[in-house]
Amino acid sequence: MTTALLELEDVEARYGPVHVLHGISLAVEEGSVVAVLGPNGAGKTTTLRAVSGTVRRSGNIRFAGRPLNRLGPAAVARLGIAHVPEGRGTFSELTVWENLRLGAYTRRGSIQPELERVFSYFPWLSERRRQPAGTLSGGEQQMLALARAFVLRPRLLLLDEPSLGLAPILVAELFRIVRELNEKEGLTVLVVEQNAHLALQASDSGYVLEAGHVVLAGSSAELQADDAVRRSYLGY
Amino acid sequence: MTPSAAATSGTSAVSSAETSAIAGFRSRGSALDAGTATVVLLLLGAAIFLLIGCLQSARFATLTIEGIALGSVYGSLALALVLVYRATHVINFAQGELAMFTTYIAYELGLHGLSYWVAFALTLVIAFSLGTVLQVTLIRPVQHRSVIAVVIVTVGLFILIDGVVNWIWGGFFKTMHSPFGYASFDVGGVAIPHAYVGMVIVVFASALLVWALFRFTKLGLGMRAAALRPAAAALVGVRVDTMLAIGWGLAAALGAVAGLMAMADPSQLFLSTTLMQPILVYAFAAAVLGGLESPAGALVGGVLIGVSTTLIIGYVPQITSEMQLPFTFVVLLLILLVKPSGLFGRREVRRV
Amino acid sequence: MRSQTSALGSLLVAAAVLCVLPFILSDYHIYLAAEVGIFFIAVLGLNILTGYTGQISIGHGAFMMIGGYTTAVLSRDHHTNLVVTMLLAFAICFVVGLLVGLPALRLSGVYLALVTFALAVSLPQIPLQYSKFLGGSGGVQSSQTVSNLWVYVAAWSCSAILFVVAWLVLRGRVGRAFRAVRDSEIAAVASGVELPVYKTLAFGISAAYAGVAGSLFVLALNGFAQPSEFDVFLSLQILVGAAVAGLGSLWGILIGAAFVGLLPQVSTSVPVIGAQHGRDVIFGAAVILVMLLLPDGFAGLLRKIRRPARA
Repeated sequence: MTTALLELEDVEARYGPVHVLHGISLAVEEGSVVAVLGPNGAGKTTTLRAVSGTVRRSGNIRFAGRPLNRLGPAAVARLGIAHVPEGRGTFSELTVWENLRLGAYTRRGSIQPELERVFSYFPWLSERRRQPAGTLSGGEQQMLALARAFVLRPRLLLLDEPSLGLAPILVAELFRIVRELNEKEGLTVLVVEQNAHLALQASDSGYVLEAGHVVLAGSSAELQADDAVRRSYLGY
Repeated sequence: MTPSAAATSGTSAVSSAETSAIAGFRSRGSALDAGTATVVLLLLGAAIFLLIGCLQSARFATLTIEGIALGSVYGSLALALVLVYRATHVINFAQGELAMFTTYIAYELGLHGLSYWVAFALTLVIAFSLGTVLQVTLIRPVQHRSVIAVVIVTVGLFILIDGVVNWIWGGFFKTMHSPFGYASFDVGGVAIPHAYVGMVIVVFASALLVWALFRFTKLGLGMRAAALRPAAAALVGVRVDTMLAIGWGLAAALGAVAGLMAMADPSQLFLSTTLMQPILVYAFAAAVLGGLESPAGALVGGVLIGVSTTLIIGYVPQITSEMQLPFTFVVLLLILLVKPSGLFGRREVRRV
Repeated sequence: MRSQTSALGSLLVAAAVLCVLPFILSDYHIYLAAEVGIFFIAVLGLNILTGYTGQISIGHGAFMMIGGYTTAVLSRDHHTNLVVTMLLAFAICFVVGLLVGLPALRLSGVYLALVTFALAVSLPQIPLQYSKFLGGSGGVQSSQTVSNLWVYVAAWSCSAILFVVAWLVLRGRVGRAFRAVRDSEIAAVASGVELPVYKTLAFGISAAYAGVAGSLFVLALNGFAQPSEFDVFLSLQILVGAAVAGLGSLWGILIGAAFVGLLPQVSTSVPVIGAQHGRDVIFGAAVILVMLLLPDGFAGLLRKIRRPARA
């Protein structure tokens, strides 16, 4: 059995004195899309932050066998992990092009081929490249955030609440693109989502978090059929 | 955008703030244009006024040119202040003293036989290194604490540098000649000292170089990103701490330019430890006038302060050169009361 | 109860020490002790402003200057009783403080620091301009002079009185309002605290304290008020004193005052660095070190000592 691309083992995380994650374990196989579900305050966002190093964490985190525990966010980014945070993390004052260029910050030299590839998935971004990112709509900014994360073809994409504040049509489009990137480019995705329905449709497997613990895990089909999940998160 | 969907989940606090910030930015965007347009028009009007005055009166022209030259020195230090403020949200009260220190270093290099411009370049490099070292050793440990802690550290630095300079070089004034000589151009009956032209060119050239760095290089982009949103910048691999240190280094270099150009003023023959103290006040006023986050504003503000103070001192008998500082203080106060965001700044929502 | 008795205890100890000191110290050291007393008053005043309402002022040297010149000029021209001049300095600086506090309302943190810094640098220029009345760079000499012991007694008596006044004020409604302002302006407004009144009041009080300190300062210098004595370094000293003191402790303020009152003088006798120049190097380095190691000032340190490792 090959080791998963990303492995979390007994990971705890805290904000100052407040402990949010109480020892969670999960694994993300290479080439898969994994969803993390759960109510508010369950620690879903914190899980992603634990991976990217933006929160104090302990426990084992391995990426392609390599421990991430002591690395800060910049180092994690350089390993090929792209984190699209809650609130997108785009720079409103910088242009679309500059935002994309930042996505390739860790690469020296020309990134023309990378940009071409990004524009093939997001053709409308090319026309807007000189606009300040802040003038884009919410949905467009989310797409920009995704595009920026994808410029350097990361091995792992961490997506935090991509549907937040977006109209349903845009959310569907966003997940379609994520799925396409996963299938065509082999992008591994760990996505945190409030919208369990969409998340499970777009993912291969999932974890349900509650109060900092993993309470349920399985393939997306299993989770979709599970009674507890259906009642709490799918609404029926 | 569905605000209601965003509102129903608690974790949307960040994104609804983000979306309203974006909305604010967009409306600010148009307000920014109207505001900037007004400012540009006013500046244009001022420039025309000055031009007419220069053509009418030789005295006016002389004073204006002097004001522009001095103002560019203020602007250079103001630029340093703005650079530090934008990157780290800290006002470096020791910026002037640091500039003074590096000027003394240039003086020392000159004593050891280096030609002026070689010493100049070397001083800039030394200043840059000093700036980065100071940020790493002194500012980084306290920058996450209260505003007061950082202010006090820069104040302590102010005092320390003063002491070190006195210790190394002693209290007597040093002579430092202007690299531009003491001759003047004759333009239509008005004597324009070579030095004034030189000062303006050097300051603006340095500012231009720094601007180009920020605008066209990957490093500059990284620095801008680190200043705007450090958390987001880290996520794309920007080493934020390093960016901040480089920012301080650049600021120190710009301060060195200010100090050296202050000494390049033909009427400023003696170098002493009090060289930059009044200039710091003018630089504060300039930075605030331009809007603490606007580099262009800092330079423009510097020139405005320089020109207005020289003209007022020249034409209003009650306000003598001793009163330049109190006058600037009043101007600074007025700016902060009337339009705290300065000419080019964005309005902060803080209405309590 | 325990904290009250220990507070009273420390007060009595301090008072006792202060009474004994003049008998054992040389005249020069009495002068130094008087300086500490003077800084105690100024630092206490600034502490009220910055520590309690969060407004940063790097300009309190300017208020000391106003107080000092008040004493010198009144004494020179009208031979006014020195204590009366001190009272007048208190009153005048209170009013000036209120006047400065009004525009300060519209300035937050950094901006206020900038403006007060500019004030500290520019005010000493005024006597140069109006030299007939204010003596120019030559300064103003009062008509009466006093001994170092007089200043010592006056400074520490005022310190005691003003400390008690501050303590009473800060205990009551005013103090609660001040603390509310410091902790969160928005919350304070929401709970009905009239921000402008309290913030301006804090400015007035702290300026008045600095004014009295200024009077004593001039008297300690043989009644001679000169612009060079009130340079920006003085304002920096007061600010540093308040920061080193930290918040909420009498001993903290004492340590802060001693730090800025004694250290510059003491460091002139440091061998390697030499007399005049040594002062700033040691003092500046000490300031930086203290802030790096004790960001909450000595009050914070004392709190930690009294209350070891909270869970």
